[in-house]
Amino acid sequence: MKNTALTLWIVDDEPAMCQGVLRVLEDFRVVFDDLGETVNYKVASMESGEAFLEKLDSGQSPDLLLLDGKLPGKDGIEVLSLMGKKRQQIVTVMITAYATLANAVSATKLGAFDFLAKPFTPAELRHAITRATREIILTRRARRLEQEKRQVRFEFLSVLAHELKSPLAALEGYVDILRMEPETDCLDRMSARINGMRKLIIDLLDLTAIESGRRPRNLLDEDIVAVAGHVVTNNAQAAKAGGITVNVTGETVCIMKADRSELEMLLGNLISNAIKYNVNGGRVTVNISEQPGKVVLSVADTGIGIAKEDQARLFGEFARIKNSRTKGIEGSGLGLSIVSRIVGLYGASIALTSEADSGSSFVITFPCLAQDT
Amino acid sequence: MKKALVVDDDEDFLFQEKKALEALGYSVETAGGRMEAMAKLENYKPDLALIDLMMEEKDSGFVLAHHIKKIKPAIPVILVTAVTSETGIQFDMDSQGAHRWINADAMLVKPVRVEQLKTAIEKVMA
Repeated sequence: MKNTALTLWIVDDEPAMCQGVLRVLEDFRVVFDDLGETVNYKVASMESGEAFLEKLDSGQSPDLLLLDGKLPGKDGIEVLSLMGKKRQQIVTVMITAYATLANAVSATKLGAFDFLAKPFTPAELRHAITRATREIILTRRARRLEQEKRQVRFEFLSVLAHELKSPLAALEGYVDILRMEPETDCLDRMSARINGMRKLIIDLLDLTAIESGRRPRNLLDEDIVAVAGHVVTNNAQAAKAGGITVNVTGETVCIMKADRSELEMLLGNLISNAIKYNVNGGRVTVNISEQPGKVVLSVADTGIGIAKEDQARLFGEFARIKNSRTKGIEGSGLGLSIVSRIVGLYGASIALTSEADSGSSFVITFPCLAQDT
Repeated sequence: MKKALVVDDDEDFLFQEKKALEALGYSVETAGGRMEAMAKLENYKPDLALIDLMMEEKDSGFVLAHHIKKIKPAIPVILVTAVTSETGIQFDMDSQGAHRWINADAMLVKPVRVEQLKTAIEKVMA
């Protein structure tokens, strides 16, 4: 369990009130079982709003503030309004003998989190502090999560920018060469770079469409065997070039509730990978079997395989495995990332068995496809 | 005819650098990585070496440059790299500090334009 110490300040002109709060909170500990966090408090008191604001100005600030509404000089509401930006970072509980609705509204408008009406019992004080503490923990976690998300987004964009820049640099180089020697035969190479870049952009669009959830899904009764056959036909040229035999085995018809273009993306990525990362004269077997409550799709190849240490990161973005065997194989690095997202949309699971030099097999199990997913 | 060795794991750049050097009057031998280059150097003596920095390992180019300078100190070595755009690490070949540990005569940032290559070669061959 994580241990956190929070700073709590009480601002009240009545010394008895300050001492009372200090006493109640002295050994007070809150255990949040659900959040896995224990919190204790470092408590300090101040007798006026001015003294508090002065401390804020000097750069100190509490995590939690118990602020009396009725203070000599600047009152609680005024102090709240003068806290400026700090108001968002400090969780404030107002203490007041005049717990009127008007007071509550103006304090809440100024960012107070809660109210504690005088006189209050130690139990009421602890309860208010516990509620405010939960708020602090949850806000901090949300902020951290947001930060992490931003970091992931930034890393994705910077890799993407690099992946888009590379083919452009290669093309620029070929243009230079052609200017210098118009007879040079490099048009096929240029076409390959352009196709690679186009594939990257299409994959990126697919991925962001799935990720954003904005792509309309059209769930109909689809025959996954027929879709597999269609995808195999689309990849026939690449298979032929590598002397690779592609077979669809198992059921002859298998109807499942699915979005056809999602199935095409899923099968397209798996089958084209099985062809690309194969050996000359190799085989690809697409098997579909209907079992009670599930449909199992497997795509197996006799290719170069994936080393154990590379398997874990395989489904991440731009996780292309670089070694001497994959050199020269074109890919956007987004294919399996798309596959795993689609698998997620169907509540399906994906399993990979692979060994270097003996081939890979991806098995996807779709659950309960008789009903709507 | 002067001979040049070009080492790069990127087939496009390998092809382009070869063409550019041929246009500058060199006969060119290529290698796709450090190991292949080291094997070729056993009985091939180029007048110039153009080496990519990040190949099998992130520092393959440094290791290869070091190897060349050790066995044939007279061969000018030009390192070509996209290291700064890929990792943010910057090398200043004009600084004394860099010269102490980078065994190369020049460093060019990818993508290298033919004109830049020409200028760098003239400088290191002078």
